[in-house]
Order: sequence, then C-alpha cells, then structure tokens
Amino acid sequence: MELTALSVAEVQQKLRTREVSPTEVLRSLEARIMQVDPAIRGYLSRDFEAALQLAEKADVSLPLGGVPIAIKDVINVTGEPCTAGSKILQGYRSNYDATVISKLRAAGAIPFGRCNLDEFAMGSSTENSAFGHTRNPWDQSRVPGGSSGGSAAVVAADEAFAALGSDTGGSIRQPAALCGCVGLKPTYGRVSRFGLIAFASSLDQIGPFTKNVRDSALLLNVISGRDPQDSTSLNEPVSDYTAGLGRDLKGVRLGMPREYFIEGVDPQVDAAVRAAIKHYESLGAEIVEVSLPNTEHAVGVYYIIATAEASANLARFDGVRYGHRAADATGLLDHYGRTREEGFGPEVKRRIILGTYVLSSGYYDAYYLRAQKVRTLIRDDFTRAFEKCDAIIGPTSPEVAFKAGDRSDDPLKMYLADIFTIATNLAGICGLSLPCGFAEVEGKKLPVGLQLLAKPFAEAQLLQIAHAYEQSTDWHKARPAL
Amino acid sequence: MTANFDVRYTAQLARLHLSEEEIAKFQTQLSQVLAYVEKLEQVDVSGVEPTAHANAVFNVFREDATRDWFTAADALSNAPRTANQLFIVPKVIE
Repeated sequence: MELTALSVAEVQQKLRTREVSPTEVLRSLEARIMQVDPAIRGYLSRDFEAALQLAEKADVSLPLGGVPIAIKDVINVTGEPCTAGSKILQGYRSNYDATVISKLRAAGAIPFGRCNLDEFAMGSSTENSAFGHTRNPWDQSRVPGGSSGGSAAVVAADEAFAALGSDTGGSIRQPAALCGCVGLKPTYGRVSRFGLIAFASSLDQIGPFTKNVRDSALLLNVISGRDPQDSTSLNEPVSDYTAGLGRDLKGVRLGMPREYFIEGVDPQVDAAVRAAIKHYESLGAEIVEVSLPNTEHAVGVYYIIATAEASANLARFDGVRYGHRAADATGLLDHYGRTREEGFGPEVKRRIILGTYVLSSGYYDAYYLRAQKVRTLIRDDFTRAFEKCDAIIGPTSPEVAFKAGDRSDDPLKMYLADIFTIATNLAGICGLSLPCGFAEVEGKKLPVGLQLLAKPFAEAQLLQIAHAYEQSTDWHKARPAL
Repeated sequence: MTANFDVRYTAQLARLHLSEEEIAKFQTQLSQVLAYVEKLEQVDVSGVEPTAHANAVFNVFREDATRDWFTAADALSNAPRTANQLFIVPKVIE
C-alpha cells in the first residue's frame, strides 16, 4: 500500500516504530502532490524545504509526531502566505501562528501546504477563489464543495493525511460530503479561532478533514481547548475523543428531523441516507422522529447574520496595514474605495453590500435584530430535539457534487444548497459528515455524506456514533481513481 | 423594504467602489436575496430574546500585563507603504 494512502493513525504508527522516517513520509507526500495536484489543484502553495527541515527534527513519540497536515489558506502559519483566496491578501506573509497551528506543532505535526478555498470562506463550491478552481477528485468536471474545497479534495485524493478547514455555515461538512471524507465542525468555543481570518465571528469554527473518524478524534484531541487569545473559546474539559470509539450503540437514540427529509433532496442522496439509518437500527440504535420547525428560516437568518458580521470584519482591509493598496489615490475615500474594489471578488463584494445594508440605520431592527431573534428560535428547536435523542441524523447536503460553473452566477440558488448545515452554526452545536454511499451520475460515482449533529460539547459521543457506522461499512475505504 | 435597497448608497457606506455594471447586477441579485430573507417577517418573535452568540460568555477578563508580541518591524512587515517605522496613510485632513 502506498504510504500516502494511509490514515493519520496508521502513518503515525509507522513513524513511531521507525518503519519509516518523517522525511520519507514528507517526500512520498510531495511526490503524490506532484502527481495528482496538477489536475485537482487543491493546493495554492506549499513550502517543501521548510517542511523538510521540520521533518528532520520531528519527535515521532508525540501524538501527531512527524505527520504533515494541510492547512486551509485562511489560518495563519508563521512565514507562509495566507491569502484567504483573495487578491487583497496576495503577497501577505504571516508572522505568527494561529493557536491551532501552535497546538499542532506541540503535538509534533508538520503544517504543510495551503489549501484553496472560496474567497474569505464565502461560498459552497471553491469557485469564488481568486486563484483558480479546485476539482472534485471523483469527477473533475465537478466542484469539491466549499468553502474548504481544497482541504476536502487533497484529503480525498490522498495528497494529504489530514487537513484543517473552517466552518461558518457548512464549509467543512459540505465539501467533506461532496469529496467523500470525514469533516468535523466542533461546538462553537471548542477550538480557538485566534489566527483564523474572521468571516462571521459568532459562527466560525476550525475543524479537521480526515480519511476516517478515528483520525478526526485524534486531531480534535490536539486542537481543542480554552485559549486566552480567544475570549469566545470555552473552558470545557477536553476529553480523549478516541476513548469512546468502539463502544456499541445500545441505548443510543438518533433523531430524524422531518424537515431534513423533504422534496428537493436528490433521490439518490435520500436513498443512501435512509439506508444508513436502517443500518444504524441494525446496530442497535433507536430511531426517533424529531422536528426542527424553524429549519425553513435558517438560510435567511444566516445570510443576514453572516453578512452583517462579515461586513464589519472585512472593514479591516483598508490598504494600510497589510494587503493590496490602490495606486495613486486622490484622497482617503478614493483610497479605501478603490483598494477594496480592486482587492475583493464579486461574492465578497455582494456580501459586504448585503451586510452593510442590514446593519444600516433604519433597517437594523427589521433585519439584523429580527434575525437574531429567529436565531434564538432555531437554537430552541435543537434544545428540544436533543431532549428526545442523542444525535440528529440526516443528509449533509441535499445533493451530490454539482458541475463547475452551474450556478456561480445565481447566489440565491447557491445559498439554498446549505440548508442542512447552516442551522448547526446558528445554534452553536457540533456536527460531522461522513461517507455513507455513492450516487451514480453520468457514469461517475459521486460520494454522499451523512450528517450527524450533537449537543454542545458532545463531540465524544458524536464521534463514537459516527465510528460505529463507519467501522461496519466500507464507504470510507473507497478512493477515487486518479 | 426591498424597494428602498440602493446598492450605490450602501457601497458608499461600505467604502467600496463598484463599477456601473456591478451596481446593476448586485441590485438585481441582492434584491432577490432580500425578498427571500423577508420571509422572516412572518415569524412571530414577540417576547423572544435575540441571540448574539451561540454559547454566550460574559466578562472574560485577563490580567492587564504586558507580554512579548509583535515588534514594530513585525507589525510593519506586510504594510504596502511604510517610512521611519510608521504606516503611510493617505492625507486625511486638508
């Protein structure tokens, strides 16, 4: 078996027993990237020489010792670019590590490679990147999902053992579903956001992309915890998330929200998810029906709150401290206006306009305040549902990977594709997508993602439930032909 | 409310210059998005408290002490224009 086809746990085992060295692992990964990434284009940049230096002195006795991890290009790593997929940050070099990167380093991992994304993590297809499209490894005419499309594609194509992404409304889970890997969005406050370029601060969370559930638990072990640099990170104890893996599902109740099994879901997606639920029953889980009545409002609430927060966060791109600066400005307003016109792409501009409008004088109460109130109702829906079940089960995305270019000019249609993932971030709970089958479209096999959602800080049980399914099925072992 | 939505004016508030083409396009696209989000008007939110943060925390304090962080050179390392260890900004006061 190729070294690059291994999981994090498997390659770390080989490193620990000195069957392979960290430099051998890195070299084989680089060779794999050279082989497949010209077609996939999951990476925006990588610094092989810098990673090699880290590999030479890696401590393989640490939990992730010697394992290279790919990083979404929106998380700061000292000495590396961090473009956020935007021209406005072209040429920027980080001079500090995000907290998740410090934690990865302390666990022996080697940050290696910058993954493509929708500009400022705004999008569901990675087509909004200013630096080219990433392709879905299962069908290169299709998108990998987004916004963390590069992170998902490189893991699915075995050109990374694991990757970090960020999830504001589904940006980890949806690309994981469309590329056929495991994507985890931790509870809001579980993982520090320090060093993550902010999109919507009350919704953003960093999480791992992995080839299986155990690796997801391993990475969560490392990146979780309270960070004094992020006052929204919470002081909840970090358990060993691998400890509960392998437990059976006796007494576990899974809730099927009737609002997630509706018209408009691709019939092949619906069938794969229903088969997974049957499988869970055969494993001893009890299936109960639950209701999330405010689901239909989630997309509307999200596009008010997320754009409002984004319009404020992106005000920092002013052409003074970092990033692009327009030449020959005639005055201050011309300087700001043209710097931002030249630096931002169309989707980012749209969202800044929408966010500015919903916060503007006279409209704040009607849009923003009302959206925050409906957000409370969405949260309450989940609180009530979790009185009846341990986890919620359903499709991650209503569809499989769609064709590149299909809807890049129809923002509303693109937004509606996030219907099952968005409410998770509004409620601040944790969620995960894992492979549960394939759809056949135009002679190609396309992965289907199963979404599991759990209460705040219930990641251990979420991973345990996901692991039980994964270990009794073979979906996670399938690989695209490249 | 959508009727009052004016991309040109909002872009000024956002300090974002747009081409005439973008203004026309965004006016159409975002009016559709706004018409969609206005469905929220039908939701009964009387007596409902707004949620600003999913897992709210309040008054997170730390000791008010200095610590090592960016040097001036670090802070300036990505600036498009600098002089004498300072950021160069456009003239603000005439």
